[in-house]
Amino acid sequence: MTPRILIANRGEIARRIIRSAKARGIETVAVYSEADANSAHVADATTSVAIGPAAARLSYLDTARVLQAAKESGATALHPGYGFLSENADFAEAVIAAGLIWIGPSPKTMRDMADKDRARSIAEAAGVPVVPGSPRFSAKDLADEAVLQAAAERVGYPLLVKAAAGGGGIGMRRVNGPETLAETLRATASMAAKSFGDGAVFLERFVPRARHVEIQVFGYGENGAIHLYERDCSLQRRFQKVIEESPAPALSDAIRAAMAKAALSLCAATRYVGAGTVEFILDVETEEFFFLEMNTRIQVEHPVTESVTGTDLVGMQIDLALGQGGELAQASIPCAGHSIQCRLYAENPKKNFLPSPGPLTVFTLPEPQPGLQVETGYRQGDQVTPFYDPMLAKLIVHAPDRLTACDRAIAALEATKVEGIATNRDFLIACLKDPDFRSGNVDTGFIDREGKRLANSVA
Amino acid sequence: MATIEVLSEIAGVVWKIERAAGDSVATGDEIAILESMKMEIPVEAPQGGRILSFAVAEGDAVAEGQLIATLESEA
Repeated sequence: MTPRILIANRGEIARRIIRSAKARGIETVAVYSEADANSAHVADATTSVAIGPAAARLSYLDTARVLQAAKESGATALHPGYGFLSENADFAEAVIAAGLIWIGPSPKTMRDMADKDRARSIAEAAGVPVVPGSPRFSAKDLADEAVLQAAAERVGYPLLVKAAAGGGGIGMRRVNGPETLAETLRATASMAAKSFGDGAVFLERFVPRARHVEIQVFGYGENGAIHLYERDCSLQRRFQKVIEESPAPALSDAIRAAMAKAALSLCAATRYVGAGTVEFILDVETEEFFFLEMNTRIQVEHPVTESVTGTDLVGMQIDLALGQGGELAQASIPCAGHSIQCRLYAENPKKNFLPSPGPLTVFTLPEPQPGLQVETGYRQGDQVTPFYDPMLAKLIVHAPDRLTACDRAIAALEATKVEGIATNRDFLIACLKDPDFRSGNVDTGFIDREGKRLANSVA
Repeated sequence: MATIEVLSEIAGVVWKIERAAGDSVATGDEIAILESMKMEIPVEAPQGGRILSFAVAEGDAVAEGQLIATLESEA
């Protein structure tokens, strides 16, 4: 059967997947909501199917509509991208049951890794270091405050209350001491029950100065897995990443190797299939690292890994799922130079990063060239709607060394012009010019501490 | 007593109405939460008073500057 891939996503990642499919001569099907009918990703695809109203819940998250679109369009495979349905194991099962190829890991692995509690147990059993944490609490467990306080004592303060079914920073709250523990647990449980249909919560040690370092892996199931080195994503705001890079600055070879080994142990334990990311937090003071979670999909920041390793991760996903192309050997994966990705967001750093939907009256991005990759789902004249995430574009630079990469990223951002809405462009430039960032001395609290100063340091 | 209009500072969707008409509120109290670009944006009472009415319901799309609620100030 002639392969035809439906991309259950929108924006830059849909375009990115279409590009890798096209390079293989594979036809693609775009899906779109009413708000995205004139979007670039729809124009890029071989064919397209409307899947409902603007609200994601009624379109991109509506599994029945997406499956119907796959059937109507004669798709033979489905790529979920990131976000939306990409980590929905029930959906992956439904895709497979409908006779389509799911371009992703097995639904079982997805389910195991989506449940943070189970993911943690599997990691622990595989010898991967995990953050000190508590068992999960259901709603009825929250009534016994003595039990909660004792569990919190064992984990240690400051700690995070997390929703077992949450992800990407959603459903996570910090507690500094016993006074606010019970109240925060109850609030998080109630939010989790409403948002995820599962109110289970647990406690986890919060590392005050941490870096977020993650290992890109690619699994071949029973045939083992390879790693594609690390990414440092410490520059975050409210647990959302802003600047990502590879390799991680100021990381010793011993720790880098230990992290990669731990990530591969987890892959072996799950017989992992396809692209995945094992996220760790690295304690800046002690240099201990702990498993955070595994993302069973392609990530927003995958291009920095592609830049330093010379790979096409999306293409590898497609090849593996379609049973074409061979397996890559670990020894064939280089890590050359330094790559940085900046996420251009529709948000206003001077108004506490308030989202900024509206018309892109001017939208000029720099021309891609060797050492500069540009990914966007938008064109000048498009409307940035309030319905989806605020990412406008990703600028990815590659250079022989980190400081040259910083300077290239600054030049790329300075060549970026957006009018009609507010963006974080100048904020990104301020981060890249900051002496602490340039020296590699960043942790996940950097923007919280320095964000206001950086936001105001530019005109 | 003065009537105060609480306006949306952003285009989005009303995710939650947290208070009801008739409720007394203090300055800074959250009366509703909007959702825009996957972020929750709280709508706060600009000053203390009593909520006269809500102009929107949960699930409604709102434009920037659109009326969310009307308050009656205490002063």
